[in-house]
Order: sequence, then C-alpha cells, then structure tokens
Amino acid sequence: MRRYLWFALLLLPFALSPFPFYLTLLNFFALSGLVALSLYVLTGLGGMTSFAQAAFMGVAAYATALLAKGTGLSPWAGLLLGLLLTLAFALVLGLLTVRLKGHFLPLSTIAWQVALYILAGNLVGLTGGHTGLTDLPALVLFGLPLDTPFRYAFLSLFLLVLLVLALHNLRESRLGRALLALRGDALTAASFGVDPAALRLKAFLLAGGIAGLAGFLYAHFLRFVNPTPFSLEASIKYLVMAVAGGVGTIPGVLLGAALFTGLEDWLKDLLPLLLGRQGNYETVAYGLVLAGILLFAPQGLWPLLARRFIWGRGPKEAAPGEGEPPKAEPLPLRAPSGGRGEVVLEAKELRKAFGGLLAVNGVSFALRRGEILALIGPNGAGKSTTFHLVTGALRPEAGRVFLFGREVTGLPPYRVHRLGLGRTFQHPHVFPEMTVLENAALATYARTRAGFLRVLFGLHREEEARALATAWEALRRVGLGDLALERADRLTAGQQRLLELARLLASGAEVLLLDEPGAGLRAGEKRELARLLLALAREGYSVLLVDHDMDLVMGLADRVVVMNYGEKIAEGTPEEVQKDPRVRAAYLGEVEAA
Amino acid sequence: MDATILGLLLLDALQNGVVYGLLALALVLVFAVTRVILVPIGELMMFAPLSLVWLQSGRFPGTLGLALALGLLWALRERGRGRALPLLGGAGLLLLFLLARGVAPLAYLAALLLVVYLGVATYRVFFQPMREATVLALLIMAVGLHVAYQGLGLVFFGPEQFRPDPLLQGEVTVGLSWQGVLVLAFALVSVLGLYLFFRRALFGKALLAAAENRLGARLCGIRPEEAGMVAFAIASLMAALSGLLLAPLINAAYFMGFMLGLKGFVAAILGGLLSYPVAFLGALLVAVFESFTSFYASAYKDALAFLLLVPALFYQSLRAKGVEE
Amino acid sequence: MKRWLTVGLFLALPVLAQGALKVGVVVSATGPAASLGIPERNTLLLVEELLKRTGGVAGRPVQFILLDDASDTTQAVRNTRRLVEEGVVAVIGTTTTPASLGMIPVVAEAKVPMISLAASKDIIYPVDAQRYWVFKTPQTEELMARAIVADMAARGVKTVGYIGFNDAYGEGWARFFEAEARAKGIQVVASERYNRTDTSVTGQVLRILARRPEAVLIGASGTPAVLPQRTLKERGYGGLLYQTHGVANPDFLRVGGKDVEDTLLPAGPILVAEQLPGSFPSKRVALDYIQRYEARHGIGSYSTFGAHAWDAWLILKPALERALRKADPEKDLAAFRAALRDEIEATRGLVATHGVFSFSKEDHLGLRFEDAAVMVQVEGGRWKLIRTFR
Repeated sequence: MRRYLWFALLLLPFALSPFPFYLTLLNFFALSGLVALSLYVLTGLGGMTSFAQAAFMGVAAYATALLAKGTGLSPWAGLLLGLLLTLAFALVLGLLTVRLKGHFLPLSTIAWQVALYILAGNLVGLTGGHTGLTDLPALVLFGLPLDTPFRYAFLSLFLLVLLVLALHNLRESRLGRALLALRGDALTAASFGVDPAALRLKAFLLAGGIAGLAGFLYAHFLRFVNPTPFSLEASIKYLVMAVAGGVGTIPGVLLGAALFTGLEDWLKDLLPLLLGRQGNYETVAYGLVLAGILLFAPQGLWPLLARRFIWGRGPKEAAPGEGEPPKAEPLPLRAPSGGRGEVVLEAKELRKAFGGLLAVNGVSFALRRGEILALIGPNGAGKSTTFHLVTGALRPEAGRVFLFGREVTGLPPYRVHRLGLGRTFQHPHVFPEMTVLENAALATYARTRAGFLRVLFGLHREEEARALATAWEALRRVGLGDLALERADRLTAGQQRLLELARLLASGAEVLLLDEPGAGLRAGEKRELARLLLALAREGYSVLLVDHDMDLVMGLADRVVVMNYGEKIAEGTPEEVQKDPRVRAAYLGEVEAA
Repeated sequence: MDATILGLLLLDALQNGVVYGLLALALVLVFAVTRVILVPIGELMMFAPLSLVWLQSGRFPGTLGLALALGLLWALRERGRGRALPLLGGAGLLLLFLLARGVAPLAYLAALLLVVYLGVATYRVFFQPMREATVLALLIMAVGLHVAYQGLGLVFFGPEQFRPDPLLQGEVTVGLSWQGVLVLAFALVSVLGLYLFFRRALFGKALLAAAENRLGARLCGIRPEEAGMVAFAIASLMAALSGLLLAPLINAAYFMGFMLGLKGFVAAILGGLLSYPVAFLGALLVAVFESFTSFYASAYKDALAFLLLVPALFYQSLRAKGVEE
Repeated sequence: MKRWLTVGLFLALPVLAQGALKVGVVVSATGPAASLGIPERNTLLLVEELLKRTGGVAGRPVQFILLDDASDTTQAVRNTRRLVEEGVVAVIGTTTTPASLGMIPVVAEAKVPMISLAASKDIIYPVDAQRYWVFKTPQTEELMARAIVADMAARGVKTVGYIGFNDAYGEGWARFFEAEARAKGIQVVASERYNRTDTSVTGQVLRILARRPEAVLIGASGTPAVLPQRTLKERGYGGLLYQTHGVANPDFLRVGGKDVEDTLLPAGPILVAEQLPGSFPSKRVALDYIQRYEARHGIGSYSTFGAHAWDAWLILKPALERALRKADPEKDLAAFRAALRDEIEATRGLVATHGVFSFSKEDHLGLRFEDAAVMVQVEGGRWKLIRTFR
C-alpha cells in the first residue's frame, strides 16, 4: 500500500551522511514533524487551535532531564515518566480547556504556555532556571549509544514514520470521521452519537502525548534543556509550520516542518550573499516568506502542490475502499421489528420559552411504527423547536419525551441517538472535506467501538470494513452508490438530502426525524424522495417530518399535526386537516372561512 | 501594604490598563470587521514614536520606505481610479515628511499618518486577498507580518530604546504625570468616540453590518473591502496615537510592542472579541492583576496574570453563545 | 545544495584561495541580546577587514563565518554544529550564557576550541572534560559583583535591594551578587524581577522601597535598565543606585538622561579608557580599539561588548600563529584544533582591552580582578572613573 512509502524517509540519513550538518537538520525536522503531527490531530482534525504544544514538549523534556540527572535510571525511563507527566498535564488542562468555545480555547492555551515557561525559568532549584540543565545522557539502543546525529536520525525518523502510519489509521477510522464532523458542526456530530467533550479531550491528550514524545527526543538529542525551546514563540513556530504546510493533511504538516526547519539555514546562507553581512534580515525574510505562502496558498502549500502536480483532479488522500465496495459483512441493520402501530415516539405537553417568547406550548403527539407523521404550520409556529426538544438539542422546560417507551426528556443528542432516533437538519449538514462514503460511514459511529488505542495500532480494520460496508449498503439503498467516492460538496441539494437519509439508515435509527427534507429539491427529486420514504415506512421505519410543501406532505403523510404560535391546533389525516377551519385560518388569515 | 501603596498600585494599573484597553478596542474592531487578529498591532504602535524620533533628528525613517513600498504594491493591485488613493496617499506622505523637516510640529502628524497609511496598505496587500480564508490562516498571516515588521523594526531603528519628549511635563500627583493624564484622556475620548461611531454614525453601523453578514452588507451597497480598510485605518490610528502618547513614559523600542499587543489581545478575548466595553474592562482587570502580582511575586507576575485569566475565560465561555471557529 | 552554496561563497569572496583559516562566529545579532551582539559582530567584521588589508595570519587568509543565533539556544547549537562541520579551526561566541552553555557539548564532542563572549562563570568553571575546550573573555558576574560589593563596603552600605531581568542574565547576577554580598556582611533585603519588555515596574519598586535599602542594584542590560531606575527616582528613592556592566553603552546615557545621573557601576576598564592612569596595563590597547571602532561607526559608538570580541581575537591571533608552527589545518584539522587549544591555554600576560589575560589549566577566564574591573559613575551625562582596584 502507498502509505508504506513513508519508510523511505529512513534512507535519508544515508543520503545525507556526507553532510553532517544536514543530519542535524534532519533530526530537527523529525522533531518538528512530530509536533506538527500533533497539531494535525488537534487542529487539522479536531479544529482546536493550541498555542501550548511547546509547553507539552517542555514538560516531557524536563521530566526526562531531571530523572536522568537525579537518578541513575536508564534514559528510557525518562520517556515513560515524560509521557505520564505530559498526559497528566494534558488531562488537567484539557478538562478545563476543551469545554471552552470558540476563541477562548486558544487563549487558554496561551495562558498555560506562558505560565509553564515562566515556571521553568524561575524554579531555579528544580529546573536550573534560564541557564538550564546540561550533560544529559545519550539514549542507548541495543547497546549502541545514539550520540551522533546520524544514529539519532534513525530513531527520530522511525518514530516519525510510525506516528504517520498511526495517524493515517486515525484518519480512516470512525474517530477520524467523528473529529472532522465535530470540527465542522458539533451538533450534527452529536446527533450521530459523538460525545463532543469526551472526544475533544481525547484528541487533546493524544496531541499532548505526541508533543511530549518530541520533547523527550529533543532532550536526548541536544542533551541540554532550557526554557527557550519551550516558549510561546516556539509554539507559534510549530503552528506556523503546520498551517503553512497545510494543517488538514499529514503530508502538509510534514512539508511545513521540513520547509521551515530548512528555511532558517537557507536564509542564513542566502541573505548575506544578497544583502551583505551588516544587517539582520533573516526574520524579515522569514516573515515575508510566510506571508507569501499564505497569500498564494491560504489552505497551505501541500493542497496547492497536490492539486497542481500530483492529482490533477481534486485533492484527497487515499480514499477508503478505492472504488469497490469492501468485501466485509455490513453491520446488522436492525430491521425495524415489533408490531405495526406500536407507539415508538411520544411527546407530552412539551413547553419551551426563549426569554419572553413562548415557542412551544403544551405540544403532544405520538408517532407509531411504520407511520409517516407530518408536522406542519406557518413560519414561526415552533416546528423546528419541537424537533430540537425531541432530539435533545434543547431541553424543554416542561413536558416529557418517550422513545420506545423509555423517557429521554433532556438527554443530550448523542444519547438520544444511541437509543434509535436519527434526525436531519433544515440545511443539509454534510461534511464537505469527506467523501460521500465517509459521510455515510460517520453514522455508524454509535454502533462501532474502536477506541484511540486500537485505531492508532491499526487493530480496527475489521470493524472499519464492516462500517464502510454498511455505509455502501445505505448509499445504494437511496441510489447514491455511484457517487460514493465523490467529495460530499459536489452533490446537488437533492443528492445531499439523500445522503442525509442514507446516513440515518446506516446509523441503524428506526425513528427518523426529517426537517424540511424537500427544501431546495426539484420536482423530480421530491418525487423520488417521497417514493423512498414510503418504501421505508412499509419496511417498518417510522418517520416524523416537517415541511412546507403541501403537495409533498399531503401525498406522503399518514397523519398530520398542525401547529401555530407554539400550540397544536389540529391533528388527523391529511384530508381531515385540510378541511379544518382553524388550520385554514392559521394559513390564510381569519377573515374568510370557507 | 498600606493605603499609599495600594493607591499607587491602582494608579499604575489604571495607566497600564488604559493602554491595553486601547489596543483591545483596536483588536476587537479589526477582528469584528475582517476576522483578522492583528498581531502586528504592537509593531504599528511602536513605529509611530520611533519614526518621530528619526524625523526629529532630521533623518528619514526606514518605515517611510516600507510604507511607500507597500503603497506601491497596493496601487498595483487596484485598477483604474482605485489607484488614486494609494498613489496620492503615498505622495502626500512623502511631502509631509519633507515639510516636517522644517516645521517641527508637523513631525507628529507625519509619524501618525505614516502608520495609518502603512496599516491600510497592509490590509490591502496581505489580508484582503485572503478574505475567504479561515481565521487560523489569517492569524498565521498576521504572525508572519508581525515577525517581518519586528525584524524591520530592528533593521530600521536598532536594538535600543528611544525617548521622545513628552507633550506635557511634570506630575499631577505622585504616580501620575501630566503625560499620563493625556493618555487617560485619549483613552476616554477613544472609547466614547468608538461608541458613538458604531451606535450613531451610519458608516459605523455599516461597518458592523459588514462584519455580521458580508453578503447582506453588499446587497445594501456596503463594500466589504472598504469596511476592512476603514477598520484597519482606525485601528492603526489608535495604535499610533497610543504609541506617540506613551513613548515618553515607557521608552519605545522595536521589541516592546508584542507584549503590549498580547495583553490587549487577552483583554479583547475576555470581551469575546465582540464587546468593546467588556474588552476595555477586561484590560483593566489584566492590568490590576499585573500590578498586584508584580508587587507580591514579581518573578511570576506574567504567569500569574495569565493563569488568573483561566477562571475568567471559563466563566465567559459558559456565558457566551459561542461562534464556533 | 549546501556544498554548491559553500563553493559559491568561496568564489564570491575575493580573498579566498587554498589555505584560508576558517574561524566560526556565533553572536546574537537579533533578539533580546541584540544590543550586545551587534557590536560584537561589527567588531569581528572590523577584524576581517583589517586582516584583508594586512594579508591575514602568518601569510594565510582568514575567513570569518558569521552566524546569528537570534538569542536562542537551539539556533546557537545548530550554528555551532554547522561551523564545526565546515571545518572551522575555532569558534568565537556566543553572546548569551544559556546559548553558550548549549554550545559546549558540541564543541567538546567535535574537539574545537571555543572562546565565549558571555558572562556566566558556569561557562568555564570547573574546567572538566568538556570545558577543557572552552575559554571566555568577558568578566564574570562574580568578578563584577566583587567590584560592586567592594565599593558598597567602602561606602558603608549595609542593606541592598535587587531588581533584575527575569532571564539568565538577571538570574546569574542575582545569584553571584547575593553570594558575594552575604560574604561581606551586606544584607539583600529585596529581590525583584522584571522583563525586558515591561512598561512599568511600579509594583516591584514599591516593594523595594518598603524595605528601605541603603542601595539598590539593577541587574539588567541595555536601555531597558533605565526603567527601574527612573521609577525609583520618581518614587523618591534617595539611596545609592548601582547598575551592572550590562549598561555600559552610550544608549543607556542617552535614554536615561537626568534620571541616571550619579549611577554607580562596575565596568571593564575600556569604558573610561582615556581616564585611566597611564600605569593601567590595558589603556593603550583599549584606546586603539576605540579609535578603530569609532573610525568605522562614528564617535561615541563603541561599546564594551564589542571589546570582548576584540579581546577574543587578540587572544586567538597569536595562538593561531603559534599553532601554525606546530600543525597544519589542511593536513590534519583535528591535530591543528588540538594544538590551537593548547596555545590558547598557554596565553600568558596578554594585554587586551578589558585587562590582562593569563589562562591556565584551571582558569579559562584568565583575568585578574585588579586589572579587569573599575568603578564608574555617571557624571554630567558621561562616564567618570571613580575607583580602581589596583
């Protein structure tokens, strides 16, 4: 497989051995690459910007330095201690930080970073202060001391490649999809069973651990630690590397690391030749190069280069499945069982106010298995709010919700989803960076189990194959099978709706809540959608839908609930409701009641 | 800790806080309109008094060359009549500098307008082409410019500090000089001015509209590019004025801007990058923390000041509706 | 690619033929230590120009490879590795203590002699297997602290307050000064810190004032050292004010103005070269350096830090000459480097700008307190020699 080409990096020390200084640079590249990869996880996948990666490096570096100097233990023990401490720090910081929304998260990482740097500089008795700790021992591997850049490069590059492979695994797994979804739209991700805070915390821990590994390696490479390489400036540098190279891709962050590691030295060579030795132009040139890269490639260099030179079509990483459906067994799609007519979803006296506005007031309804229930009403009637209340996106002030007889009032969306309820949104929430297949596969998140460790070590392949097979099945069911490997943002509105539906099927939900599924569709697409929904209802799925297109609704629904000003004003078959004078008054106004 | 010391510390906090506050206001303004976190604001702040010192000693500062070069790039990006602004602006600036060598008070105006021109040109050349990029990409661009401008600061002005003469001499009371009062007055005027601008003036409201909803604003005839230029112009003006007023009190050097900008940024975040009054209050809060921690544990003052923010951040985050970025 | 560039470098510089002696230099020309590093770099460029005119050392041209470490340790280490790989016979640098300490293992491993331009005693003491290769020219903080404490004792000072940078320089000063003061029975009643980038030190100053010390020492360098002094004056401090030799440059006087009048500081004798008594050994050499530097950069432009670099060259040049008689860098670089190291260590009685250098196996600083430090006071905006320790 193509990904094992990364091992070719291990040939570099041989290629560069006539130039000992470049071996040193190679090691710095590997170390920066590790930190850049941690940013790939945290920022590229998880969407969290961290200014504290250098601080995590520092924790591990100091841990191993102090252990080596204070005890006679092997430096490898320092790795263990370093990682433990880094993960502990990441846990504490993460618990506080990942719940912060928006801009507060990066700022709190700045706070930690500055604080740790200052502590490192001032606890002179412990850390040697700004002068630092010298004479750290070299690592010894199989009896061979790794005390030259040549030897060390093998270690650092090997670990780098291992991590690259592990992160490839991460990207092509339920966790990778969940992180990308979380970054794009947390609510949608939650509606497929993703626990946002927990997942973010794990990503934070992983990123911190990777940075800690880099710190350990740094300490035993330079054999000297002081606070400067673990400062805010250093963290910013790593962020620059990741973003300029392309933070959303693995080759991108590594390209950024390589480019900026080398840049400093190339500038040192080049600038004195061009501009004389009297001035100090390196930082200026560095800044201008960075600005230039971002002007021409705001998403980073790698996507730009890949588009131009490598793929010619759209940029994407190795697509899962590569064109044919995997041979694995799909996950058992729970065929809706149980008697027709059994109540699957019930809402009782739901009430929700926003400040002074009473959006939903005493609304009750029941959805039966195999039934299509439509919720209609003029704009502002409270339909979407009712949806949110039922699915857990909002908590009702009063009233209760039951799913399969179980009370789910006030449970968070990802919990409600796991009990068998799925929903779509008014605007299709598909994730554009992922393929159609990956979007669908996201839905299997709640039904698969592999955690970070299994994924990183690649032990999740079987489950992953089954998840993908499930997604394929669902896509074919809705008629999108041919488009499975396209990027999701290339679909038409109608196709995106179908994708949302496929997601729901893949998720194994039996109760489907569809928010304006017809919006933005052409007539032909609406007909197809209606056909599909009827077929699903016959199979035993239960559908609650909200829409404004009366033809669609009346032709599709078994029963209709009408809302106005937050209250239920009518309920019955489509014919009954159409004749109801209160309904007509609501839509057409009071005056003429025919 | 007695009353005198408490008073002096609070006065110190007030004076520092006001500076952070001015920077915070400028940062919030720029972010709200363009989504750019203006990291180089510290450099812009320092360029004004440093250029002034150079001009007062009869030399042309390197920043003039930088501004004109960027102005040229700006003109090249424009078409037709759009070129008038950068070209005329650059010519006017040059003229002003020439005149200022003879007429001393013009030097202040020259330094001020230099930084404003530089700020607007920076937006036009570097940020406007990137307007569709993510906030993170814009931030990294801002970091790159900060590094470049700081490096240029060293090249143009050397590594040492400079101290222009204060506009007003002498002390009002112990701990507060007349120059300090001037700074406070300026801050007050700025806060009021920004408030009135955004609440009352049509153009101010248009700026806010452009920030909230680009498409909507364009449909109403507001050009986002123009909004961006105005935001950067105001921010540069505030930074430059703050720098000119402060330099006699703090000694300006090429490297002093970053920390000030960072603290302003912290304050801005406390305001959620949205609210001006909260940002300003946040700045005062930061300054108070700083003042007291520098009394009790000076080695750790920055660490403590940042750490004490975390509960504040937490609280703000829980309250905020949160625009996920 | 780098080979190509190096060849290009060779071809571009006119002097270079076979047989050039390569001397590596690492200084902090940017970053917080720039105000020290820039004069150091300028001085070595001066040396290079001089050598081009006079034909080099023992008839061989000398090529300086100058690298900036931006006051950052990692950069310094990288630069050193690179210089060593390019075949330099010696390394001069760097400006700051932590970066110099980082360079030590590299030069020790590569067995290349190094002359540091940084302050701390830790760089050359104790002379173990690694520091075997390392020498330095600036006076240590310990030596200068001795001068300050001696002056304080002579004035009967009993209590001192300290405020210094929150970095290696300020930290080193705090450590050595407090040790020396304690030894002489002077009590340090306050020890505050501030950052170079700070715009206010009110809190720290108030704390110091509350303790009412008879003298205050400011452990900073460059123009940022003015801030605490000005704040102390504004808050009405009436006791003695001491600064370290880190402020011995003209910009400090320029920015400090009236606020730094009467400041006391220890300095290398070169700071007040014209005022030194004729018997002072380094007077002539110091005046010579000043004249050369000012000819190139303007009157009043010289700094004591640039002089450290000049001293490094004054030591290196004769050592190179002696080593060239014993070994040939072209034939056996390792042997030459070792011979050069031995010759540097063999330096005895070398008169330089900051004093007289005599290295030995245990002493890689080689300066005597009496010759290397004087007390200076700022009077009328100028440096005035007030005490020597001879």
